[in-house]
Amino acid sequence: MLENAWIIPTLPAVAFVAIVFFGKRSPGKGAFVGIAAVGASFVASCVAAGQWIQRVDNATGKSEGLAAFTKGVVSAGGAHAVQPVTESITWWQNGSIKFGVGTFVDGLTVMMVVVVTLISLLVQIYSTAYMRGDRRYTWYFAALSLFTASMLTLVVASNTIQLLVGWELVGVCSFMLIGHWWEEPANSRAAIKAFLTTRTGDIGLMIGIIILFFTVGSFGIGATNLYATSGHAQHAFLLAAAVCLLVAIIGKSGQFPLHTWLPDAMAGPTPVSALIHAATMVVAGVFLGARLYPVFFNGFSIGHGGVNAMALVGGVTIIIGAALAFVQTDIKKVLAYSTISQLGYMVMALGVGAWSAAVFHLFTHAFFKALLFLGAGSVSHAAGHSFDMREMGGLRKKMPITFWTFVIGSLALAGIFPLAGFWSKDEILVNAGKNGYTAFLVVGLIGAFLTAAYMTRVVYLTFFGEYRGHEHPHESERAITIPLVILGALSVGAGLVNAAPLGLEKIKDWVQPQVAFPHLNNAAFDYPKAILSVSIALAAIVIAGYYWLRRDELRAFRGLTERNALARSGYQFLVNKYYLDYLYEDIIVDGIRGAVARASYWVNQHVIDGVVNGLGSGSTRIARYTYDVIDQRVVDGAANGIALETDRAGAEVRGFQSGHVQRYALVLFGGVGLLSLALFLINIH
Amino acid sequence: MTDFPILTAIIATPLIGAVVVTMLPSRRPEIIKAVGYGFTIATLGLACWLLADFSTKNIFFQFVENQPWLPGIGSRYIVGVDGISLFMVVATALLMPLSLLASQRYPSQRPKAFTAWFLLLEFSLLGIFLSLDLIMFFVFWEILLVPMYFLIQGWGHERRQYAALKFFLYTAVGSALMLACILVLGFLHQGATGVLTFDYRVLAAWAYHGLSLTTETVLFLGFMIAFAIKLPLVPFHTWLPDAHTEAPTAGSVVLAGVIIKMGAYGFLRFSFELFPHASVNLAPLLLTLGVIGILYGAVVAAMQKNLKRVIAYSSIAHMGFVIVGIFSLTVLGLDGAVFTMLSHPLTTGALFLVVGMLYERRHTYEISEYGGVWRSAPMLTAMFMLAMVAGIGLPGFSGFIGEFLSLVGTFVSRRPWAIAGAIGVIFAAVYMLWAFQRVFMGKPSAITLRMPDVSLREVIVVAPLLALSLFLGLYPKAALDRIEPSVKRTIVNVELKTGFHEKRPAGYSKTTLPKGVTASESIRLGLGGP
Repeated sequence: MLENAWIIPTLPAVAFVAIVFFGKRSPGKGAFVGIAAVGASFVASCVAAGQWIQRVDNATGKSEGLAAFTKGVVSAGGAHAVQPVTESITWWQNGSIKFGVGTFVDGLTVMMVVVVTLISLLVQIYSTAYMRGDRRYTWYFAALSLFTASMLTLVVASNTIQLLVGWELVGVCSFMLIGHWWEEPANSRAAIKAFLTTRTGDIGLMIGIIILFFTVGSFGIGATNLYATSGHAQHAFLLAAAVCLLVAIIGKSGQFPLHTWLPDAMAGPTPVSALIHAATMVVAGVFLGARLYPVFFNGFSIGHGGVNAMALVGGVTIIIGAALAFVQTDIKKVLAYSTISQLGYMVMALGVGAWSAAVFHLFTHAFFKALLFLGAGSVSHAAGHSFDMREMGGLRKKMPITFWTFVIGSLALAGIFPLAGFWSKDEILVNAGKNGYTAFLVVGLIGAFLTAAYMTRVVYLTFFGEYRGHEHPHESERAITIPLVILGALSVGAGLVNAAPLGLEKIKDWVQPQVAFPHLNNAAFDYPKAILSVSIALAAIVIAGYYWLRRDELRAFRGLTERNALARSGYQFLVNKYYLDYLYEDIIVDGIRGAVARASYWVNQHVIDGVVNGLGSGSTRIARYTYDVIDQRVVDGAANGIALETDRAGAEVRGFQSGHVQRYALVLFGGVGLLSLALFLINIH
Repeated sequence: MTDFPILTAIIATPLIGAVVVTMLPSRRPEIIKAVGYGFTIATLGLACWLLADFSTKNIFFQFVENQPWLPGIGSRYIVGVDGISLFMVVATALLMPLSLLASQRYPSQRPKAFTAWFLLLEFSLLGIFLSLDLIMFFVFWEILLVPMYFLIQGWGHERRQYAALKFFLYTAVGSALMLACILVLGFLHQGATGVLTFDYRVLAAWAYHGLSLTTETVLFLGFMIAFAIKLPLVPFHTWLPDAHTEAPTAGSVVLAGVIIKMGAYGFLRFSFELFPHASVNLAPLLLTLGVIGILYGAVVAAMQKNLKRVIAYSSIAHMGFVIVGIFSLTVLGLDGAVFTMLSHPLTTGALFLVVGMLYERRHTYEISEYGGVWRSAPMLTAMFMLAMVAGIGLPGFSGFIGEFLSLVGTFVSRRPWAIAGAIGVIFAAVYMLWAFQRVFMGKPSAITLRMPDVSLREVIVVAPLLALSLFLGLYPKAALDRIEPSVKRTIVNVELKTGFHEKRPAGYSKTTLPKGVTASESIRLGLGGP
């Protein structure tokens, strides 16, 4: 499977074609074809993952044995380092420059294909229920298949051209799917906004690729990384390429300041949002950062511990995204801002030299974010297709599976021990601290606090209190709940892959490349920091939970604890809580909800969108001016002027159109004679 | 390879067809149509035969025929094909029967004259791409004006008189300059060598050392204006949107598909070989005009209210990429430009055909009149969408390969222009998506809901273009293998003639001629002699 990884993207691509042509007549109106293809692709990915793990273990075993034998002569990363499996054929050739297409399979690739195919599979199963009766049901499954195929093409790409191909295809698919319900102008606007914003970043990718090609002399990913890690790389070019590629990441992965498309992209069907946020679209940026990491590492001199653009972008995005999540009443928008913030963690992790932590977080985030989106979809599916949390509430009893899985997802997102998010987020924070990026460690902790708080708010507003809507909510059917349960289980367990204190560091062992890769020392598990981050998250949950519970149930509950002797210390605790609550409500929450978030949102809506809109309306204005004045008057004016003059001269034959033509022809060819004579005389010497 | 004069057959077939059509009774439109299809399809068949017989080994002209024509002025009938003209011939031959098929219902009036003009148009286009004698080239260049003028004027829309006249004026100004330059070149050559000839190959082997730099520059500029108007380069472009808007669908398809490529073809064929010093010296000027075209075309396209004008301005932007690729003076850039010249007829042809289908249904090109077309005509929408994504350079379709190669080539030699050009890539998405959104998305009106979807005939018209665009996007090698030998020869000749050095990415070897071809042979374009 490692040599034949091309099968993995090909299966969904074939499914796309099959659904487009035969979908309406096939069983399940195309859904079965899509599910079967992505299912087969998932199986193939798992096989590939198994083979890769075997390959690594074999090599490690051998090198250990050999190292023992030769007493450490063979060093790590030397002759026995595990090489990626590269297969490539020439796509076309210009002179001696080859453009290839192929597969580059290493740990990162197999991890990504497993995640992408698994999430896609679950999303497609979920969609059979969620999208039932949709006007364009078959087309929807075709587009989902193409979306998955595009992302897989990007992931297995052996060269940057192929990566660009996948990247662009992903963009187009997201356009089609976000605008799936294009009857509403808002939806098609959101689709266009998504496509254009990410395409702005694509310029960066295109130029970055060309710079790398120009510097390295190859489009190959392996060759590029090898060049970037070799001692003789030209730093200026690497820096230029890294900056350009960072622009691409900012666009695709919703980083500040190009993140504004991501919340709007919620206009698409919810399963699509899950796919975009967890597996296909936005993680492409982070994947690019991980794939060409040596370029960033050496381009931005990440190893030297200075503040760099990548870490800064990620860090700012964490706070911006998390702060904005507070002012949303739409559950999907909270999750969208949350994704922005979490992607900020990944980008920041790459920026502070914590490669395996970033990749690990990508891995765990995929599960719990898909879970949360699908959960939100389940809620809305059951409760009248609204995503407004003001019309929800009290759904905990009515839809228990959705409730419990959603809570698991929220806790995982908040980074509560021992769920998946805890391990990956903790690793980012520990490595940021270890590599000397204390400021980013603090940013990460603040982000953790905010994350836990806004998720608590969401859970409270959706599932607790009284139901405020006007529907009859009920638990969703199995096609919806089964994916939720699977993702819930993964959100609990996926973190164990790299649970350092248990001696499990599989991301580092299996995923982190061993050749053409900067030398990174991963920090050891740090108990104080882990306890600190969990305490911060727990505190946020308690504070936020208290804040939201206070009005309805807490007074009665407090009275109870006052009468109870055992609860006296708890009372004190609650008083302290109250104090914190006061602090939280009046200063932090109001501060965040009021000043900071509103300001951020204002900046978001006015400054950034303003710039975007301004550029839009400005360019429209420039366009109008150019068209009206220059195009229509000046340039055309000259042409019309000539026509008019000739017209006057030929007034007697006016009305007989061909007469004009003959006259012009006569004038012109008379002119030709004179002109050629003149030129001839000038030049004859 | 037999001695069958295939190029003459390709040029003559449509001419014979035009003559036959004029002799048919105008009361029998079905016979006229059948003859029209017969002759355009026969031409396409011959073009396919040419494609199959074309050798990728020969870097010079193939299937050359050389006969006396006008001995008095030294002009001969010389035709030949190389990798630069091959695909223009094929694209022309392909678009013609499809355009006729698309015009089956409309225009219904005067099918006889329409078909005859149309065949004459094909005749002149094929002549332009195959002529190797400058006088002959010019004659074909001028003949083209006549059928195109009458097609716009006779079968166009409201302002067709204005548009036809504007088209004629613009192009005639350019051709006047070109004729002057051709004559000067011929007579200067006669003055220097005593031989009066307009054989392109002979002149190319002489001009680079026989002309003073000033003369060369003046002549280059003369040719340039003719080509720039046809291309069109900003600021010589305003005839194009009007001509497109007013022309019937078939006219627009040919106009955007082939006629505007004549300018790019002219640069590739004549500027480099005849005026290499001037081409190298003035490359920054042309690059700048190209980049302005890319950005300007895109910006102005973004605010058009008429669907055909959007595509017309988008063509200006696409031609900007072609010119940037050409004047990057790298094999990559030239490959990209020639590839785009092949790809653009496919994608823009398809777009104009689909827009023509919309017009047949609703009799308007105004974007605001539409909305929600997707609902009533999903197949039509799918065809437009495919043509659109192919046109905006989505990987997997041919547009991407051409644009990307042009950009890489330009980046290698001229970075700032490449970066400015890359920005144009986004704009291309902006205006097409806006147009798409307003026409196909949104709530459909009652009239739109009654709009019929495409018929089988309409699918047959567009499908081959999209399929070819996809094929070339996935397997560009098929075209590039045939394009590249001639492109390499062009670059090597510029190097040999001027001492210019092609810029290459790190670690790549110099462009060389194939084994067995000497430098002097290359300069003489394979023509025998001293």
